Amino acid sequence: MASLEILKVPDERLKQASEPVDVFDDILRTFVKDLEETRQMGPGAVGIAAPQVGHFQRIVIVDVSKTRKPVPNHGYMVLVNPEITHWEGYEMGREGCLSVPDYTGNVIRATRLEVKAQDPWGKPLEYGMEGFEARALQHEMDHLDGMLFIDRVVSRRTDLFRRKVYQKGGKSRKSS
Amino acid sequence: MNDWKMLTLVGGDQQGIVAKVTMVLYRNGWNLGEASMIRLGGNFSIMMMVTGEGDVEQIVAPVASELGLHIHVDDISGGLHQHLIPNFQVRVLGADRAGIVAQVTQALVDAGFNILELESDVAGSPDSPVYIMNIQGFAQATLEQVENAVAILGDIDVSVSSVETLIG
Repeated sequence: MASLEILKVPDERLKQASEPVDVFDDILRTFVKDLEETRQMGPGAVGIAAPQVGHFQRIVIVDVSKTRKPVPNHGYMVLVNPEITHWEGYEMGREGCLSVPDYTGNVIRATRLEVKAQDPWGKPLEYGMEGFEARALQHEMDHLDGMLFIDRVVSRRTDLFRRKVYQKGGKSRKSS
Repeated sequence: MNDWKMLTLVGGDQQGIVAKVTMVLYRNGWNLGEASMIRLGGNFSIMMMVTGEGDVEQIVAPVASELGLHIHVDDISGGLHQHLIPNFQVRVLGADRAGIVAQVTQALVDAGFNILELESDVAGSPDSPVYIMNIQGFAQATLEQVENAVAILGDIDVSVSSVETLIG
């Protein structure tokens, strides 16, 4: 295994679209191991996409199982040729990126996804994702199309007051 | 490392303020760092970190005078790459009355909350104004502790949510 070099803005290669994977061999699986090792070297990264290390194939890794506050998750996922087949809802959340050091910004993402992909052996996968995990996948899949979260940052002023919380107390409060 | 100054400019809004001010700085060899610029009540306010040689107030004075802007310059310590990442978002909504900001922020301070960013606005209509405030900040406290701290504010609707910054 080897840790790979992460491309950082303003590297033009981060704008390059990635190609689908059609050969599921040991070379691919070795690359996935290196990509995961690279993710784990990053400060608290919950995902990584192949093009972030200059490898322009449609491969992402997402693992939101170790957040500060636990969130619904499927653990460690390697998604090859991922496709979002359904999405709904939207929510603003703060994002940063291994490829954009020392900057975070607010981005609107869908809150629920259905996703089809393949594993590193070519076996089909299907997931339903929500919240933070869905956000992470959208962030990583953007890399496959040459997009960065900074291309989607919105002003905090545009945040909508969520009218559904008119009654006092947030999600953490237990009803009494 | 550079010595940074905080340059503040405030005046009636008009087109071209940012371009004119920053062009003068650029032509005189000054660099910009982090900045916050916004229109508030028909005024335009600029706060930006600047660094360069000479007297920045003198450099900016002619264009500020032309645009009707007040200038203020402070020597500051600190510099770039010192961002703190917020872990809480607080949204506030209430029929406008005196003391909303003071009461909410005091409750937050009592919970050990450090405000990193605060934006507020008065929405509604002149007859029934509504105060809306969005705060992002950092606290060691739990979500429940921050929620409890602001729960005492009866007529003001305060919602607290955790911000988990996604790095990917």
